[in-house]
Amino acid sequence: MIFMDFLFAFIIGGLICAIGQVLMDVGKMTPGKTLSIMVVAGSIISGLGWYQPLIDLAGAGATIPITSFGHSLTQGAIAEAQKHGWVGVLTGMFEVTSSGISSAIVFGFIAALLFKSKGKVN
Amino acid sequence: MEQEKFDKIEQEITPRTPYVKNVLKAFFVGGLICTIGHAITYFYIIFFDFTEKTVGNPTVATMIFLSMLLTGFGLYQKLGQFAGAGSAVPVSGFGNAVISAAIEHRTEGFVLGVGGNMFKLAGSVILFGVTSAFVVALVKLILVSTGVIEW
Amino acid sequence: MVIVFGQKPSIIASAAVAGPLERKSVFYSYFDSVVEDERWNQATNEQGNVKMIQEACQILLNKTGLNRLDIDFFLAGDLVNQMTPTNFAAREIAASFIGLFSACATSVSSVIVACLLTELGASQYAIAGASSHHNAIERQFRYPIYYGSQKPATAQWTVTAAGFTLIGKHNPKNPSIVAATVGKVIDYGQKDPFHMGAAMAPAAYDTISRHLEKRKQQIKDYDLIMTGDLGKIGLQILKKMFAETGATREECNIFRDAGAEFYGEDPSFLAGASGSGCSASVYFSYVLQQLKSGRFKRVLLVATGSLHSPLTFQQGESIPCTAHAIEVTME
Repeated sequence: MIFMDFLFAFIIGGLICAIGQVLMDVGKMTPGKTLSIMVVAGSIISGLGWYQPLIDLAGAGATIPITSFGHSLTQGAIAEAQKHGWVGVLTGMFEVTSSGISSAIVFGFIAALLFKSKGKVN
Repeated sequence: MEQEKFDKIEQEITPRTPYVKNVLKAFFVGGLICTIGHAITYFYIIFFDFTEKTVGNPTVATMIFLSMLLTGFGLYQKLGQFAGAGSAVPVSGFGNAVISAAIEHRTEGFVLGVGGNMFKLAGSVILFGVTSAFVVALVKLILVSTGVIEW
Repeated sequence: MVIVFGQKPSIIASAAVAGPLERKSVFYSYFDSVVEDERWNQATNEQGNVKMIQEACQILLNKTGLNRLDIDFFLAGDLVNQMTPTNFAAREIAASFIGLFSACATSVSSVIVACLLTELGASQYAIAGASSHHNAIERQFRYPIYYGSQKPATAQWTVTAAGFTLIGKHNPKNPSIVAATVGKVIDYGQKDPFHMGAAMAPAAYDTISRHLEKRKQQIKDYDLIMTGDLGKIGLQILKKMFAETGATREECNIFRDAGAEFYGEDPSFLAGASGSGCSASVYFSYVLQQLKSGRFKRVLLVATGSLHSPLTFQQGESIPCTAHAIEVTME
């Protein structure tokens, strides 16, 4: 069912963001701290092998939140560790997850060329 | 005025954080961003030869591209004020952190300004992601080689 | 420390300049000039800040018909690191210059120093004032302008504005400064940089109550006691502090805050305005004009400033604050 597919993406994605909001509001954390904690959480959950089932269930609902960044880094490291042992832990990390960082760098550079910041009200 | 008396006044007058409202807003906007991401996933699977396993990369890149446009026109900041973690936690928020810093530091030049400051907000996410991935993979490797678990 | 000025130096003229967003201000009609481009057609925000200061000082000179060589002292400050905009503007103004940093309280601390120099006979004409530029300060103290972070209801909006005055010898036709209180640094352990009103309110309370005590005055001796940028919530805290120590409801209504009123009731500005240009542009336009028109006879201007930096915040330090006051009368 395609509708259920999208519904799961919405609910799981929304829930992960809601957890982030709880960290910010109740835990009184800055956005940077919140995101760092969520990345670490994603990495640990991935190490336990529970993140992939979440992606199978929710698709983009699990791959778009920043937790998936921790997951793919961990999976990259684990996959290389399987092949090459100790060395692979270091070398494999960015195998899976390069797209987020590389596109952020490229688009960041383009944006710096194109845009000028202006004080606007919310 | 004594500290305790002031603290009492301060707490009485400072408005409470609207926890429930904020969490609901984060849930809906975050969910919506993920749903858009999901639609992009389908787009790449149907119109290009990406599989469910490989489709993550172009989806993330597209989300960051959209984030660049919204950031550059000053709209992501408005979304952030409304949604809080709802727009910060998705990967577009990571893009916003990098791109807003890049735009802001353009006046100090491309090397020291854009280059030096691009990751001043998002850098910690990379640091903790990489470090934690390293530790998790290492622990797993140790556990596997000592025969406690299997891959 | 309360200073009484025997010679009552006068505010000969004043000028207030603001950025494009400040059109939304309730004080808009009192400003002398509102610019279209927030960078004042310069390449950077910081250069825009320099231009803003120069423009305000030029308007000040035009109003009095004075030449910049007639100015003895230029006393001013802003919020950018090392106050470069003011330092750079001083290059053009070419008067003896002392940069003053009391954060958002600079608008009043500069006037106090100018009055002391006038009292001493060292200064015929001195320019005093302060400015702040939203974009230049926001990126330094908080996040890049376009970063999507959620601000709480207690957060304030740094204004793009400058206010400058020309202080000279006593002249009965102009508002005069009869006394001033130089504030102490007060720290009640507040740590939230998005809740500056609460951090600054105790400093304002301390300065106001000491001024009233030493001058043997009561709150109702004033037509207006206006704090600088406590914001909507900070002003409530200040009123409550005075109410707890015996001020009546009527007396509490004499308290007003430039930051709380600056953008009116617009909720997108959250708790109101802040920045050294906030108090400067309101005091040196609206308040002085009300004094001149005779609506106010005696006012106490209490500019509040929080003396923290992004570095001290990250190192977990609390926010020390100060407040300086001047008592301005119109005969």
